[in-house]
Formats: sequence, C-alpha cells, structure tokens
Amino acid sequence: MSFDSYYNEMYLADGAVRSHYQALADWIATTPHDRIKQMRDAANMLFHRVGITFAVYGEDAGAERLIPFDMLPHIIPATEWRLLERGLKQRVRALNMFLHDVYHGQEILRAGRIPAERVNGNKLFKQEMVGVDVPGGIYAHVAGIDLVRAGAGEYYVLEDNLRTPSGVSYMLENRKMMMRLVPELFARQSIAPVEHYPDLLLDTLRAVAPANVENAVVVVLTPGQFNSAYFEHAFLAQQMGVELVEGADLFVADDTVYMRTTTGPQRVDVIYRRIDDEFLDPQVFRPDSMLGVPGLVSAYRRGRVTLCNAVGTGVGDDKSIYPFVPDMIRFYLGEEPLLNNVPTWQLRNREDLEYTLAHLDELVVKEVHGSGGYGMLIGPTSTEREREAYRQRILDGPENFISQPTLSLSTCPIFVDQGVAPRHIDLRPFVLSGKDVVMCPGGLTRVALREGSLVVNSSQGGGTKDTWILNG
Amino acid sequence: MMLSRTASNLYWMARYVERMENTARILDVTYRMSLVPKDSRLADQEWYAPLYITGTLYPFTGRFNEVNARGVLHFMTIDPDSPSSIVACARAARENARAVRGRITSEMWEILNATWLEIQKITDAELTSDRLLALFEWVKERSHLFRGVTVGTMLQDEAFQFNRLGTFMERADNTARILDVKYHVLLPSLQDVGGAVDYYQWAAVLRSVSSFESYRKVYRDVITPLRVAELLILRADMPRSLHHCMREAYEILRAISRGQSNEATRLAGEMHAGLQFGRVDTIFAAGLHEYLTEFLRRTGVLSDEVARTFFGGGQSQQQVQAA
Repeated sequence: MSFDSYYNEMYLADGAVRSHYQALADWIATTPHDRIKQMRDAANMLFHRVGITFAVYGEDAGAERLIPFDMLPHIIPATEWRLLERGLKQRVRALNMFLHDVYHGQEILRAGRIPAERVNGNKLFKQEMVGVDVPGGIYAHVAGIDLVRAGAGEYYVLEDNLRTPSGVSYMLENRKMMMRLVPELFARQSIAPVEHYPDLLLDTLRAVAPANVENAVVVVLTPGQFNSAYFEHAFLAQQMGVELVEGADLFVADDTVYMRTTTGPQRVDVIYRRIDDEFLDPQVFRPDSMLGVPGLVSAYRRGRVTLCNAVGTGVGDDKSIYPFVPDMIRFYLGEEPLLNNVPTWQLRNREDLEYTLAHLDELVVKEVHGSGGYGMLIGPTSTEREREAYRQRILDGPENFISQPTLSLSTCPIFVDQGVAPRHIDLRPFVLSGKDVVMCPGGLTRVALREGSLVVNSSQGGGTKDTWILNG
Repeated sequence: MMLSRTASNLYWMARYVERMENTARILDVTYRMSLVPKDSRLADQEWYAPLYITGTLYPFTGRFNEVNARGVLHFMTIDPDSPSSIVACARAARENARAVRGRITSEMWEILNATWLEIQKITDAELTSDRLLALFEWVKERSHLFRGVTVGTMLQDEAFQFNRLGTFMERADNTARILDVKYHVLLPSLQDVGGAVDYYQWAAVLRSVSSFESYRKVYRDVITPLRVAELLILRADMPRSLHHCMREAYEILRAISRGQSNEATRLAGEMHAGLQFGRVDTIFAAGLHEYLTEFLRRTGVLSDEVARTFFGGGQSQQQVQAA
C-alpha cells in the first residue's frame, strides 16, 4: 500500500490503522485473498442476475452495465457523522427557503445578497412557479448533497443535487450485498442500518400531499425502462409499495391527475417524478416530450397534485448559485454554515476569468448547468490540447463556467487483484424534507476506480462502496 | 386495481415465456419428424412446417434462399430479428418483466433475467444434432421453472391472474399450431396414410407436447389421429389441450371482470362451451386443419378483446405474431 499526500480514510500517515477501520483491517488480514476474490466475483454475479444495472447513453441502444462494486466499505465514526448530518440538514433547510423565496418575495435578491440577474436570468428559474404555493413550502423533498474530503480530512460540499438525484438504490443494494457477504463484520460491530430509507421516503411524500387529501395515493413517475436510472425507479416503487408509472399511464381531467387502471381511472395525489422539468408537460415545457403528461403543470399549479421534487428547483443547485449557499444559510437561518463550500471562481467576473485562464492546468473547470461529470476540465490531468480547446469554450461564454481548485480528494482502499490499493472517493448522503428534515445514516460512496482518477461518476468509470456509520 | 399497462406487461410476459417454450416444442417435433426414414427427394420438407405454423415463412424466404434444417433452426432459435425465435421471445419476456419488476417477485425476475443472459451465449455451434434436443429441454425447463416459481411465490392477486391469462391464451394458440404441423408435413404418398411414417409423425406430435405417456394412459391402445386430436383438443384434464386452456382463460376473465359483462369474457365462454360439448368426429368431418385455422382466428379476436377491455387499447403493440 502506498501513502500519499491525500487524506487516507483508513490509515494514518505513519501507516497505523485508524481505530474505526480496525475491525475491517483485521478481517482483511485474516481472510485469504482468494476468498475475498471469490466473494467479489459472487457479488458481481448476483448484481448481474438481479439486474442492478444502469443504461449507458451513447452506446449501443439498451446496453446495460453493472456499476462496479467494491467490497471494502467507507467507514465514518458516528460522532463525525452527527456533525455532517447537522450541516447537511442546515444546508437543505436554507436551500428550500431560498427556493420558496425566489418564487415569492425574492427577499434575498432585494437584500442584495445575490445578484438578481443570477436568479431571474437563470434558465433553470421557472417563471411558471412564480407565486405558486407548494405544500409546506418545500421544493427539494429529496436532495443528494455531494461531499468530499480534502488533504487534512476536512469536509467540503462539492455540489447540491436538488432536481432528481439518483443513487440511493445502490446505497440499499450495496448494504444488502455486504450483509450477505460479511455478516460477521456486522455482528462484531454496531453499523447504523439504512434499510428504512423507503419508509422515510414514503412518509416524506405523504406529508406533502395536497390539502384535504387523506390516504394520499403516491406514484413514482419514470421516463421508462430505457432510462439510465430505471432500475432505481422500479426499485423505489417496489420498496414503497406504490405504482411505477410512465407518462402515458397518467392523464389530467378537470385539473385532476388520474392513472389508467384495469378498473378505470384512479386519482393520484403525489408524484415522485424522476423526469426532468423540461419533459413533464408538453403543454408547458418541451412540446415534443413523449414522456410527460399534458395538463400536469396546470393541475400542479392549482395544488391538485404535488410534484416531488417541485418544478424549478434547478435554480437552487445551479453552479452559479452554489457560491451563495453559505450566505443563504446566514440570511434565512441566522446561523453560520456548518459545512464548507469549495472556493469557487465565477468566470463571469473578469478577475476570476483571468485568474482561471492563467491557471487552467491547476483548476477544475465546470459548466454552470452541467451535471454527471460531463463537460468538465480537470486541469492537472488534461493535455495541452484539451486545455486550449476548453479555453475557447470558456471565452465563447465565460458566464457558463465556474472553476475550483483541484481538491486532493480523500482516498479509501479498494480491493484489487494484487491486494488493496487507495482510490479517490466522494460521498452522497440523501436529505429528505417533508414534515421534518430527516436522513438515513450513510449515503452512496462513489469511488474512482482508475488509479489517480478524480472522477467518481458512474457514467465515467466510477464504482460504488457501502458506507458504514459506525457507533464507537 | 392495477395500471392497465402493468396488466398488459404481465400478460405479455407470460405469453412470451409460453411462446419461447412452444417454439422449442415446435422445433422439437419437427426435428423428430425429420429423423423418420424417408425418400431423399423429400429431405428438408419438414422444415417448412415451423415456418408455416408460426406465420414466418415470408420473413424467412425474404432473407434466405433455401428452406433447410440449418437455416430454420438458426432463424427460430438464435436469430434476434425473427419474431418467434427463442431468443426474441426470451428478450420480450424479460423486457415486459423489467417494466413490472415491482409487481412480480424477485425470483420471477431473476429467472427471466438469467434466461436472457444465458440464451445470448448460444451460437450456431450449439445447433448441431447432438446438442439440439438438450437445448430444447433447457428452454422448456426454464419455462417450467418460471411457472413453478410464479405459482410458488407470487401473491395470487390481479397481477397473478393477468399473468396466468397470458399463459393459457398463448398455450391454446400454440397447441393448435403444433397440432397443425401434421397438416403441413406431407406424407410421402397416399399409401402411407395409417402406415409407419404416419404413426411416427403423430407420436412426434404427442411427444412434443409432453402427452405421449398421457395418451397411453388414457387410451391404452395404438396411436390414431382421431384420438390424438381428441386428447389435445377436447380433453379437459390435459393441461395443454385447447379445452383446458380455454376453460382457464374463461375462469380468469370472469374473475378479473368482477361481475361486469364484457365481450372478452363472452367470447371466451363461447369458445369454452364449444370445446366442452364438441365431438371429435364432427371436427374431422369438417377437416382438422380448417377447424384449427378457425380456432386460431378466434383466439386472435379474443386477444384483441382482452386488450381493448383491460389494457386500454386495441391490438397490443407487443403482439408480433404474424399468423
């Protein structure tokens, strides 16, 4: 095992094992390498058989891949987790208040804390939502907040995902797999359970049903089985015991949403939708969308159905808004942010642009509206040519980009054919906002499987690990 | 209460599993018939039969010059572009299952997913005489396994009923087609009627629908066309007979209609009554082939009615059968 300047989740600088990894280290030391290898192969076979796959865009149609699974868990002591949890809940509360504010009085803009055009001129700001009251004033019912850990072990929020964050099914399936493979490690120590996530989600969705609805009918709306996250949509519907619907299964009459059933129309109250805003309703957004439901947004605006997440949450997780989140926390909650933002240069500002262009080989440059790890430049690992091409793209529209220092993401050991080796990771915990703001202890740990790589996205060769919150 | 689309997916999932099995059965009977010694001028003529009865003669001849064992076997087992090939049925069954994963048990899904993963590994090299029967056995076993797991694990609710309806609708259709193979496989000459070749061919039909032993048990006598037809059309206690399938379909339709009258249930009841009170000599007097052709037409109409009544549409888009 090599040691480097990154924060190593498992080992101290002198090579000693951090105490919360001790049981795992003992297990690795006493379990024959071949035995672990067999387990890994068995896990892969099971994942394939069960069909826990995701579709890859741009490859041959319908191709399904496994997200590589690594057997060695990412472990966080419970004391540390409690701090993270408080910080995450604080952040999501403020973001929900921000979303409510921008679609109502816009106090934060009038107070001059965020430049008004950054919100009102943002293409993710949905005019259709202005003045619309949503149940509980909650917009981002399901938020996935990406955390990374840098050199000295300090946490940063890398990105807020407030639209249709995915990955929670892997959190649950990875746990199931680990309990099957290494039950002895679960017996020997106290690992916080995550299996109740679907119940928390269902409670959250029910809590935001339209007023005066009893026994709310909840459905999961999917773009269909060729969507990359279809497995997750089907999984969550099944785990919650609700219908998985496609746009064509729903229709709107008199501003009420119904699903078509074998016994006639059935009213729907809450839609956990995993379709982007643009595809929700061809009457309001993209007219060519075959995935949505005509009339849905009208019913929604009149409060006859609740969409989760709300329409127009993108304006809260846009990278041009991200730098202002700490200020939102101060503005709405009167608290100091518990979690740090990564320092961010906004290339719409002349000085930031100049600085970034002069340091392209050191920085990470991202598109403001981008997600999924697509369309970014990672300075230190890029070639001269890539940087030149990217420089042109930046100059064509600097306001579309931000840059950040290349963080030395922490590493966690993964199992490789030769033994164990460190790889970079990040962590996406999920924050649910309904009646209360609640969380499952843990999240989805993503790992960059290629040596030296900093990109953890599954669409870009990343894998996943189980995440253990360990009571000490 | 369930989504119309879900009901449709469950129904077609079951139909495609059954169709996959019956494609194997059709090829099995054809292959067995081709082994009966005969005039060399008639070599390969049996291989027209699977194409006729699955309605895929023209798709086949449009792509291939010659109808022979190798070509037809490839076309009907591993050719993904052929509508009733085993691989196409396995894929369609899995895709329908994938759309309703939440409605079926994980065991059911895993069997269809594993079947699909395995089936893609089959190459032309496996389609040789020594391995062919083993392949057909395997396909039938996967289908048996799926049905067994369905009955053994699935909540017996409406979803279960649509799934079972698919099984019996498809099986009725397929048994009629298999029985019709004999019509398409000509005897070498008129003198052979009732002769050894004729006997072997009828025996092959019985074996292909796993009914040879039952025939012996029921009739304790030599194999005659009349009795084979009686067994596979009119016997209520033969699980693959037309009568049995239509009785099941009718009962299921009555259950899921919950007292509501609809054309699908009426039609199924009418077909069931015809089989319950039918006589085999009447069928033969009018011609077995003609009878089966009419039966297939009516199952087609029934299938459309089921789609219209429960799936919120007419002809379901998943229906690829050309015949």
